[in-house]
Amino acid sequence: MSPFDATVTTPKDAYEDKRLADVHPQAWANPTPADRYALIIVGAGSAGIAAAELAIAMGVKVAMSERHLIGGTCLNTGCVPSKALIRTARLYAEMRDGARYGAKVPGNIEVDFAAVMERVRRIRCHLSGRSSVRRLAALGVDVFFGNVRFAGPDTLLVNEQKLHFAKAMIATGTRPHVPSIPGLREAGFLTNANVFNLTELPRRLLVIGGGPVGCELAQAFRHLGANVTIVQDKPLFLEREERDAAQILSDAFARDGLEVRLNTQVTGVRVENGRKLVDLVSADYRSTIQVDAILTGVGRVPNVQGLDLEAAGVNYDAVKGIAVDDFLCTSNPRIYAAGDVCLEEQYTDTAAASARIVVHNALMRGRKRFSKLVIPWCTYTDPEISHVGMYVREANRQGIPVKTFTVPMHQVDRAVTDSEEIGFVKIHIRDGTDTILGATIVARHAGEMINEITLAMVAGIGLRTLAKVIHAYPTQAEAIREAAKAYVRTRVTQRLRARLQRWLAR
Amino acid sequence: MAPQMAQLGALTDEVLLDRLQRAAFDYFVQNVNPRNGLVADTSRDNSPVSIAVVGFALSSYPVAVKRGWMERAEAVRRSLAALRFFRDSDQSGSPTATGFKGFYYHFLDIRTGARVWQSELSMIDTALLIAGVLTASLYFTADTPDEAELRELADVLYRRIDWCWAQGDGGTIKQGWKPEGGFLHYGWEGYSEAIVLYVLALGSPTHPIQGDCYTAWTATYQWENLYDHDYLYAGPLFVHQFSHAWIDLRGIRDSFMREKGFDYFENSRSAVAIQRRYTQLNPHEFAGYDENGWGLSAGDGPTDEQLDVCNEERRLFGYAARGVPYGPDDGTLSPPAVLASLPFAPESVLEAMRNLLLRYPQIIADDRLCSGFNPGVGASDEQPWVSAGHYGLDQGIVLMMIENHRSEFIWQLTRGCRYLSEGLRRAGFEGGWLWQGPAEGTR
Repeated sequence: MSPFDATVTTPKDAYEDKRLADVHPQAWANPTPADRYALIIVGAGSAGIAAAELAIAMGVKVAMSERHLIGGTCLNTGCVPSKALIRTARLYAEMRDGARYGAKVPGNIEVDFAAVMERVRRIRCHLSGRSSVRRLAALGVDVFFGNVRFAGPDTLLVNEQKLHFAKAMIATGTRPHVPSIPGLREAGFLTNANVFNLTELPRRLLVIGGGPVGCELAQAFRHLGANVTIVQDKPLFLEREERDAAQILSDAFARDGLEVRLNTQVTGVRVENGRKLVDLVSADYRSTIQVDAILTGVGRVPNVQGLDLEAAGVNYDAVKGIAVDDFLCTSNPRIYAAGDVCLEEQYTDTAAASARIVVHNALMRGRKRFSKLVIPWCTYTDPEISHVGMYVREANRQGIPVKTFTVPMHQVDRAVTDSEEIGFVKIHIRDGTDTILGATIVARHAGEMINEITLAMVAGIGLRTLAKVIHAYPTQAEAIREAAKAYVRTRVTQRLRARLQRWLAR
Repeated sequence: MAPQMAQLGALTDEVLLDRLQRAAFDYFVQNVNPRNGLVADTSRDNSPVSIAVVGFALSSYPVAVKRGWMERAEAVRRSLAALRFFRDSDQSGSPTATGFKGFYYHFLDIRTGARVWQSELSMIDTALLIAGVLTASLYFTADTPDEAELRELADVLYRRIDWCWAQGDGGTIKQGWKPEGGFLHYGWEGYSEAIVLYVLALGSPTHPIQGDCYTAWTATYQWENLYDHDYLYAGPLFVHQFSHAWIDLRGIRDSFMREKGFDYFENSRSAVAIQRRYTQLNPHEFAGYDENGWGLSAGDGPTDEQLDVCNEERRLFGYAARGVPYGPDDGTLSPPAVLASLPFAPESVLEAMRNLLLRYPQIIADDRLCSGFNPGVGASDEQPWVSAGHYGLDQGIVLMMIENHRSEFIWQLTRGCRYLSEGLRRAGFEGGWLWQGPAEGTR
């Protein structure tokens, strides 16, 4: 086998040609700028596009600038390619697991990695049509490609061409954060920016970092046949999530044959005789592993450099990003920010929702607050881990009495018929009421299931009402109603018991 | 049927419990180094000492004296040997010392008492040890030079523990410390066996932790409704037992339990009901699981590497803290964890114990329960995998919980410990026996 090539460039194929023609055509000529724009959007990712669409619908003259690719991280190097990859990875995992379903396991399961990645590129190209520059231009957006920097509180330069604005929105997103590990740069590494360009499967892969992206990709590459080691410097994966959720994920990783190294740091990377060696330390235990590729940069840093934000009077932090208030306004009242560059919650839909808040607040003198959003999220491992609202520890910290109604998936018929009993639904309520504070779901399809709880929270529906909602039988989402019914039983029994006792005492 | 089980099955509850308790005590007689009072972690060859097991041993001697299983002088001799060893031990915190800041390394060499296995300086295991030290000092109150020395040493050992240091710079108490890397970088999160640790750390007249440290820990609790039972969640059964071995938690409540109108004792009862429901549902379809086949807890289990295990698909976890309902669960049950639930749910426990002993007579040898067994991976359906030898923690918790069920003897002793009652008060516990004022002869 030839040594793994870690210098990864985008494969030149028809899919890539079409995607680039959509999201950054070579022949694009920037339009002649208008005298002044009601809104200029800096960055054409999920937030930028959402803001442009809404502003155009309001009949406002909009310009949008992009340094790199329209569609941003989500379409090009994030959610879209990773979910396409994960789907195929799951399929291979299920093939190997066929006996559990009484299915005959194919004799020789061989992963055609090049075909897997071709499908990823095909799907990414298919979806890029929605973000195409021609579509945006047809809507009436003036799209400028090039380097952008502020020249004053109401002026931008795109490739040295001046654009004036009444309001601006910065939505430049984030980029991979590459940890400063001695030897890492010399040895070469993958990040989310180039990992989806691979055409050859690294036989041995090291993933540095146990956050959502690291966990998803580590498991997907394992399912596709790589020997994966995942190193996390904390005692559990997914630091933000509930302990039980993270524990179930650790168990799933062990089941899948991932080499899990918790409480472990990477101290150095060396290349010796063409072999890539990685030094690890856990407390006092030192070890060295040999790998073919290293995936890192699964942490993110905001894109705030090179924008001359000082010239516009916009305050920012190199790590935390652009400083905004609850209305998403920066320190310059003309300029707002949206999406990952200013938010702790770095999710595509949240970016789009924050952008719509900006359009309302900037153009209509609205007073919409970001903190009012109910934000769900999901990590697409197997099982998936999704969450919305408060965690128990947050409620405890704020002195809110909290009670959790837990339904393990093994109590749900459809999870049992599908041999998908691992996981749970936990709904946290304000103790003594039926008000939902938040929820965590660990299940094969947790991402689909969390939406019902988000709906309930946004609409102010409590567990009492959820218990009345008949769910199609058999579905895994019934777990949510089971939790609601458990709540009702705790209320009914107390009341009924009191009434019965009164009646019996007559 | 094994002849031994035929005998046990015919016994009354009281006689059966007496046999099991006596056999558990004999573990400490058989696995002690009489010169330094240290007790081996397991009965296997070359086992090191677990300091927690020494704590259980020290708690067991008063029971043995009371029940006529050991002469008082002999019990005092063994206790004193251990206390003198710890007093004189190397407290430098070096990699081969015995302890540091009044705490001790988790595992020690049974001959020299030096640290082995690069084990951590363990806060919880030191707490279990010192709970045993104090228990001994509460029982041996005679006016003799030996017993006076024992009481004095107990005080010295407790007072020199620097609990405050064990907080590090964080909110909750750290789980451990190593000379090679400092504090293990995780604290206590979620309900666990650590009440006894926090209470001892709060009750210290010399180096107490701050009161909000306990609050910081209880802020990580999860109050859940599972299988129609309300309870403070913790997966493995031992978590619901260890603090109860020494502290009578019936009817006394901290601010968390006051808010919920519950107490920790009732909570352990719920934990038993939840275990029974889980094994009845048996999500992974393991052999032997039903309403009388339960007991997921910390204990020994089969591993994938063992050659005599005929199993391919399932992962096996070896020695692990198995729990309900999220696992890990590999089909291994812990008989001692069932028996140690006796004070909380006597009917369920006795029914399960008799049932298990009848179905799997291999789980008991010389009246002593094995640490774990797994009916799914044995040589045949009737031959479960059974953990070899015995574990000191299992025998200790069984002995103490049977005693508390039979006579409440340990609880009565420790109610008279002013360090413990002061610690409980500082943790915010109120009500029940804490309101009845100090017992007579409180030390």
